[in-house]
Amino acid sequence: MAKPYRKTKLFLTAVALIITLYHLVPFYILLTTAFKAKGDFSSKWAFPKQFSFENFSEAWVTANLGQSLWNTVIITFFSAVLLIIFGSLAAYPLARRTTKANKLVYVFFIAVMVIPPLTALVPLYQLVVDIGMMNTRTIAVLNNVAAYLPLSIFLYAGFIRSTIPRELEEAAKMDGASTLSIFFRVVFPLLKPVTASILIISCVYIWNDYQFAIFFLQAEEVKTITVALSSFFGQNTNNLNLVAAAAIMAVAPMVILFLLLQKHFIHGLASGSVKG
Amino acid sequence: MNTVVGMKKEKASLAEVNKRPKRSSQSSLWWMYLPALALVVFFILYPFLNGLKISLTNWNGFSQAYDYVGFQQYSRLLKDPDTWLVVKNTLLYGLGSTLFQNIMGLLYALLLNQSIKLRGLTRTIIYLPVIISPLIMGYIWYFFFAYQGGALNDILTAMGMEKINALANPEVNTWLIVFVNTYQFVGVAMIIYLAGLQSISKDYYEAAQLDGASPFNQFKNITLPLLMPSITINIVINVIGGLKLFDVIVSLTGGGPGNASQSMSTFMYDLYFNRQDAGYAATEGVLMAVIILIISLSALLFFKRKEVEA
Repeated sequence: MAKPYRKTKLFLTAVALIITLYHLVPFYILLTTAFKAKGDFSSKWAFPKQFSFENFSEAWVTANLGQSLWNTVIITFFSAVLLIIFGSLAAYPLARRTTKANKLVYVFFIAVMVIPPLTALVPLYQLVVDIGMMNTRTIAVLNNVAAYLPLSIFLYAGFIRSTIPRELEEAAKMDGASTLSIFFRVVFPLLKPVTASILIISCVYIWNDYQFAIFFLQAEEVKTITVALSSFFGQNTNNLNLVAAAAIMAVAPMVILFLLLQKHFIHGLASGSVKG
Repeated sequence: MNTVVGMKKEKASLAEVNKRPKRSSQSSLWWMYLPALALVVFFILYPFLNGLKISLTNWNGFSQAYDYVGFQQYSRLLKDPDTWLVVKNTLLYGLGSTLFQNIMGLLYALLLNQSIKLRGLTRTIIYLPVIISPLIMGYIWYFFFAYQGGALNDILTAMGMEKINALANPEVNTWLIVFVNTYQFVGVAMIIYLAGLQSISKDYYEAAQLDGASPFNQFKNITLPLLMPSITINIVINVIGGLKLFDVIVSLTGGGPGNASQSMSTFMYDLYFNRQDAGYAATEGVLMAVIILIISLSALLFFKRKEVEA
């Protein structure tokens, strides 16, 4: 009995190895392309004759990656902070006080989750022009926050309902604490696991956002990393080595974070995928 | 039976009595959700309603003057052959990706649910693309499929075969978009299925083995029914993700050649920014919202019905 069992395991391990290799193919091509010097037109599968970092320094400067990485960091950071503050603040009364108005507001937030915000591209674009916020990092933050607030509220409200004991709040109330101080001192610290999930979801989605950014962040000084990369690609379709180097620098921060905090990433993103 | 129901009723009414005085004394604390509500109303609900209004005009997107033309844009939409092309593509992206992501995701999950070597590494590598921007993932695959200096053509040339321009071929490039989208997000389906598999009690399988059920019958009669909640979640999120597809199309084909690989979202972008046809673009947006709503809700209802109590 033991022998065929071991054979099956060996076979399954081989299958896993093949799948892993298949999933690594595009990354392998990305690396060989990025490290090849300009005149090196050898096959994409071949290792570079000589590892060259030229593409990286050239792409960094010409694609304006420093500025666009900074813009992306700023937009992602402020969006995440607002999603956590506004989301948790909103979820608390919606989870705890079941008045008619609150039920209605909660249903509204849930219903909005089903509509992809960009189906309203034309009027949204017009709105942004009208309020004079085209090409500002602020509008990118506001749009992202509005788009992910329903999800944030949904996750916070579910967590408050299922895991935070009311007794804690009632005890604090007896001591005469105000609602806001009960929320921030007693409730919010207990929300850590959801806060971590929302932080990760917003970091991944907003860092990678292209749909909002391409519409509202066209000016050089406000471009995010995805917009910078798409215009850089447009200018360098004949010089893929440069584009590959730029792509590596664009994805590196998120990939490093993922490899360090893998469990949290997978758990956080999975809890966000109930969206819809 | 009757007494149990009666007791339940009594309990319920008791709970209501307990709640009632509380409820009347509690305030809504509406100021706590005011900032969130204001943002969502201003940036999502208002544009959405305004879009319905714009879809009834012939607005070009920048001039102050426009006329209300009733449902003209809608009848134009129905007659436009491009509409059906992009709707067909959108459905292919939505349903095609969903099919492949679920089949492969389930197979990956079944494999990685075994105690084999490389399990952790394989899972990490499969999941890695999920956290990368779909736009950039598209560029990375572009290096593979590109006509000039692409990795695929490097192989074909080395084998003495003719180079192919797959991304410019309308027969295959929509499928390549499905392929890349599947490659990128199969990890999500895999993780959800893995969690589903791990929540199924081993007792079921032990009992089935005692009854002499074959592995296939165990899969069909135990695994699959108990995985239904995971299947529902996966199908719904994959369908919604696929129907909205935008970034990958931009980086792989740009919607071309012509409109051949355009989805509803890229087409809407094109109508608005390149053809100054704002009223029509807004109509396209309404159609897209309707299609996404109908398909995702019917997927949700269809699969919810098939779920069983574990």
